[in-house]
Amino acid sequence: MANNGFTQLRRTLTNHLATVVAATLSALVVSALVAIFAFLAIKGATSLNWAFLTQTPKPVGEVGGGMANALIGSVIILLIASILGLPVGIGAGIYLAEYGQNRLGQAIRFTADVLNGVPSIVIGLVAYGLVVYQQGHFSALAGGVALAIMMVPILARTTEEMLRLVPTAVREAAFGLGIPQWRTTISITLATARAGIITGIMLAFARVAGETAPLLFTTLGNQFWSLSPNQPMAALPLQIYVYANSPYEDWHRQAWAGALLLIIMIVGTTSIVRFVFRQRIGGGVR
Amino acid sequence: MCFGSELGEGYVSMATAVEVRDLKAWFGKTEALHGISMAVEANHATAVIGPSGCGKSTFVRCLNRMHETIPEAKAQGEVKIGGMDIYSTPAVDVRRKVGMVFQKPNPFPSMSIYDNVAAGLKLNGTHSRKTLDDVVERSLHQAALWDEVKDVLKKKSGASLSGGQQQRLCIARALAVDPEVMLMDEPASALDPISTAKIEDLIFELKQKLTIVIVTHNMQQASRVAEFTGFFLMGHLVEFDKTEKIFTNPTDKRTEDYITGRFG
Repeated sequence: MANNGFTQLRRTLTNHLATVVAATLSALVVSALVAIFAFLAIKGATSLNWAFLTQTPKPVGEVGGGMANALIGSVIILLIASILGLPVGIGAGIYLAEYGQNRLGQAIRFTADVLNGVPSIVIGLVAYGLVVYQQGHFSALAGGVALAIMMVPILARTTEEMLRLVPTAVREAAFGLGIPQWRTTISITLATARAGIITGIMLAFARVAGETAPLLFTTLGNQFWSLSPNQPMAALPLQIYVYANSPYEDWHRQAWAGALLLIIMIVGTTSIVRFVFRQRIGGGVR
Repeated sequence: MCFGSELGEGYVSMATAVEVRDLKAWFGKTEALHGISMAVEANHATAVIGPSGCGKSTFVRCLNRMHETIPEAKAQGEVKIGGMDIYSTPAVDVRRKVGMVFQKPNPFPSMSIYDNVAAGLKLNGTHSRKTLDDVVERSLHQAALWDEVKDVLKKKSGASLSGGQQQRLCIARALAVDPEVMLMDEPASALDPISTAKIEDLIFELKQKLTIVIVTHNMQQASRVAEFTGFFLMGHLVEFDKTEKIFTNPTDKRTEDYITGRFG
């Protein structure tokens, strides 16, 4: 068998080559993220200090101050968006996966995909018409509505996908015990898909956390403290936008720090949620 | 309709647990069962054999109204279980009386061993801690799994057990709701010989308390565990009789061809 050794060598080389190519491409993906982090850290870390986290912006010309109001504002707006968006998005996902094998299901799926592709500034305009125009003033609530509208299609589609990954056998096991369908969906199917659905929630959260356009003419921004959801409110992306566009060196530094803070906030929330909701029962489920 | 009729009169003295009359089942427009009639004896095991695609799984899935959970599938006919006409009883009530064990072990992956067994009661509204503890222990004993898992009941996921243990867990889970009839759809075909032997031993124990209908591909298994055997072919019940008769002296030529390995 003379060519046996050759065939084996060829296979080994091909295998190594494929591994190297795959590893290089993965490294490229990771390096993009690392580059963003490094760049933000270099530019922003020096300005990201205690004062930045605890103080409100100083008037133009004065050095110092911080984005405390924008940080809290972002948290409030995201909270409003989550309270409005999570039940609708996840509920729609459940419907699509468990009951949506019909025309209505197809229509919802199509609508969700189109909505997912609508530019965020257009969604901002819709929220302006729905809330700001009706109320007669800008508000954090309007921004929350805009972000909620953006979260819904992402949540619906990922929840649907994750529920579909739950094997039919698991549902049948529940039906076989005389457990009604609604109970099966809540206590068995959702529980089985929990990890995936939480990943979907985090994706939707991260997606909207940095959105600036839908907040421009809904939440407006605010240089001062405001905790009322019914008033214009500061938000990190808005503050970064304003500061980065300004002619002042100090504001530029603060914009970098704000961007770093935003990324830390998103990564931090994602990690905490994953940690809290990780599978509590050892073994088996991977 | 001549199939299955020879059973009837001979066994009138024994109790009938499941009485099936002219049962037909469809997948969309395809008729999978062409009018099955069969009387299943209480506290015995009845085996359902036949080649792949003959309708044996569809048949047992009609007995607890599981067939109709498949989109476009429907069933028609009369099935009486302990006097209850299952097609005029809510499906969830039927399924609490008629347990099911599937071909592939399917424990709930998100739940501990304890919660798997307790699921049927808990999710149907039983919350008494004492009752649940008792039922879980009794069911695991009945499924011959208690000794292997009693120390990790709430620590380990049902999915972390071995295949054979998972299948016995599924049996315990089905037993926990105290069914009258247990349907087993090839319960040992995904298991190794030792696990299979354990399941077969279990079937002998369970017959004391309930009635078993078992689908199997394995004719030796049918002859080992079942007193009665029905041979299905292309959606018809070709022959239904005592297991011994089916395997030693079948009436129908097609049964003989199948059990002697001429097809299937």
